[in-house]
Amino acid sequence: MTSRRRAFLWVLVAVLITLIFGFYSINSGQTTAVLAGTVRAATLLVLGAICGMICERSGIVNIGIEGQFLMAAFSAFTVTSLTGSLALGVFAGIATGLVLGWLLAAMAVGLKVDQIIAGTVINIAAVGLTSFFYDRSRSLGVGKYSPIELGSLADIPLIGRVFFSRPLLTYITICLIVLVHIAMFRSVWGMRTRAIGEHPGAADTVGIRVLRLRYFNATLAGGFAGFGGAYLALEAVGAFSRNMSGGRGFLALAVMIFGRRSPFGAYAAALFFGFATALQNQFQLNSTFDIPTQFVGMLPYVVTIVVVALSGLFGSMRDPAALGQTYEKS
Amino acid sequence: MVDVLIGAQSVTKRFPGVLATNQVSIELKPGRILALLGENGAGKSTLVNMLFGMYRPDEGSVIIKDEVVNLQGPSDAIRRGIGMVHQHFQLVPPMSVVENIVLGAEPKKLGLVDLPEARKRVLELVTRFSLDVDPDALVEELPVGTQQRVEILKALYRNAEVLILDEPTAVLTPQETDHLLQVLRDLTTRGVGVVFITHKLREVLAIADDIVVLRNGQVVGTTTPSASSETALAEMMVGRSVLLRVDKTISQPGEVVLEVRNLEVDDDRSQRAVNNLSLKVRKGEILGIAGVEGNGQRELVEAITGLRASEAGEILISARAVTNTSPRKIASLGVGHIPEDREKHGVIGVYSVEENAMINRYHRKPFSLRGLLQRKAITSHAKEVVNEFDVRTPRLDTAVATLSGGNKQKLIVGREFSGEIKFLIAAQPTRGIDIGAIEFIHRSIVKKRDEGAAVLLVSAELDEIIGLADRIAVLFEGKIVATLDAAEADREQIGLLMAGVGVS
Repeated sequence: MTSRRRAFLWVLVAVLITLIFGFYSINSGQTTAVLAGTVRAATLLVLGAICGMICERSGIVNIGIEGQFLMAAFSAFTVTSLTGSLALGVFAGIATGLVLGWLLAAMAVGLKVDQIIAGTVINIAAVGLTSFFYDRSRSLGVGKYSPIELGSLADIPLIGRVFFSRPLLTYITICLIVLVHIAMFRSVWGMRTRAIGEHPGAADTVGIRVLRLRYFNATLAGGFAGFGGAYLALEAVGAFSRNMSGGRGFLALAVMIFGRRSPFGAYAAALFFGFATALQNQFQLNSTFDIPTQFVGMLPYVVTIVVVALSGLFGSMRDPAALGQTYEKS
Repeated sequence: MVDVLIGAQSVTKRFPGVLATNQVSIELKPGRILALLGENGAGKSTLVNMLFGMYRPDEGSVIIKDEVVNLQGPSDAIRRGIGMVHQHFQLVPPMSVVENIVLGAEPKKLGLVDLPEARKRVLELVTRFSLDVDPDALVEELPVGTQQRVEILKALYRNAEVLILDEPTAVLTPQETDHLLQVLRDLTTRGVGVVFITHKLREVLAIADDIVVLRNGQVVGTTTPSASSETALAEMMVGRSVLLRVDKTISQPGEVVLEVRNLEVDDDRSQRAVNNLSLKVRKGEILGIAGVEGNGQRELVEAITGLRASEAGEILISARAVTNTSPRKIASLGVGHIPEDREKHGVIGVYSVEENAMINRYHRKPFSLRGLLQRKAITSHAKEVVNEFDVRTPRLDTAVATLSGGNKQKLIVGREFSGEIKFLIAAQPTRGIDIGAIEFIHRSIVKKRDEGAAVLLVSAELDEIIGLADRIAVLFEGKIVATLDAAEADREQIGLLMAGVGVS
């Protein structure tokens, strides 16, 4: 199964690379734009996926990522527009995410509410609260995070534009991906986290405090989604608008699953989904092809459905055994 | 020098409505093996859970190394050198052996798990206690017996001086059991003390230094193997005289009911598990399949009952071909099935006793009329089953999951036997249940045979096969390597055949 899956992925990568170079030789400007858009979209998705992954590896389903994105984007935007500081906005976004993560834990772990319901509560609350407090007249004032060119790396054709002349939060995200990957698979914290998601009873008998670690992880994970929300408002868009997360919190869950609940895998998956989003934007901007915009707009979602369905066919990873279950001490 | 490694002094523990243990005292000395013997519900598990700090005694005290202690929880017990191997293993299946052993007490380097160091320490333990385990294997890929060794290593890694094992042999094959007993013996020579919970008499006599028998939460006897016997222990345990041997007459075989010809079946990993196997079971006889678990028994049973596709060959029941037909069709030919995995194929835990008593026939009269379930018929049928098969349940609408293993099994047997059956296939029918229930189920199977049913009995318990079967077929690597008449079968010889010795 795994070898078939691997073959499938390699074929996918090969086809994509061929297409990219093909297009680049025909129209370098548009290709660069699409790929830059890919990385831009992927950054948000991978942050959401990391949030989902930390939760699910600990045994908690988090479908509230969408709401965490939205509320964090809102508070990041509001704080920056009030104080004029982008950094304070980012901290506000992270803080919002942490609070919402803790709220998820309080409901799902503490009160043992059904985890799907707990996540839904967060999503609904986010839409309601941000719409209610939304102030149309507000603007960022200081402008959004602007690209930083990483010296001569930025001069490499195509890749330089796409990866090495990005704004700050994208660079931080890439560092976080590496950090979380190492932490999840090599650190004491990661090992214990994986244990409580698979067999909380076993973890308990060796003295790991399951509920406490679940609280901690859900809160920490919320911080990543919060950072994602800040990225959305302060770097990707530079403004806040109603419901601006637009379902990407849910897409992040698909990214997480397709990326096999590992940060590296999630980033690969996020780039793939991001590519679909960027392609859609590009199609809508230029009218070379006469396709109705409604169909073009479907692209990322159709890709999601097809890819998730296919990844199932090619043997996806098994869920953590205790996923979605509350843990009762016996 | 420590006198008492671990002990209990007149401990009493009450649960709502139950007196789980009543003034129980035990003590374990260094280098000795203490067997706690008793039926399910006798209070053994409650007692050791108090020794391990999971429960606190309501009265009395726990003693560790000659000191009265007030355990705050399992981690407190672990710190004081107590290790416990639970009946249901507390291992994380997708993690490696090393990771499982060090989990919770990991050697660290800069916040990262120092896996090379962990591996080194585990290998040291493996060599010192000669517990053969591959440290890099994933736990989910290991056989049960090896997983248990990982549990023991986990305790030893935490410097356990006392090892408590809760029903350690319930899931083991005879060979694995022998190996475990050997391991425990070796441990005691290194000064480790062992508390061993079981209801299997042979093991107690083979390994224990001291025996404490519990019944209804009280100590009913303290003895040693040399001063006791299987019969005496069984009587103490059950509180009445029990028949360990099944009384049965010589079989009167009739026409062939089940015929299997050149059957080939694959296991879950698409490896051939049953290999060109042929057998016949006649009306009025019990054919016992002996063999170490994992030699194709499960696949054979599943192929016959329609739960698994067969790759080649034929299965005939009463001369009708049933190869690769549906389980319902096969059942409708008068086939009763006591499945190996009672939780998975035997009962639906969240359904009531009543519903489980007819779940194999819910779609037929009288339980269903015009697509509607008939409550009255269902209830009265369940009443009969419960009475006739001695299923101890508080009510008929109790969820089956809350019953003990023995009572679930009696319910399954009752359900399967209450229809007209020509052929019975019983896989591990008495696994993990207490003596009283075993005795009852054995008698029921023999009775069914005497009424003219053909019986295929698959069991990992050699004693059960020898005691019940009229003919014995030994299964080794998916093939029947010998068929013997039970009257002239000999334990040693079958054991060797099971291990593949003398098989060309």
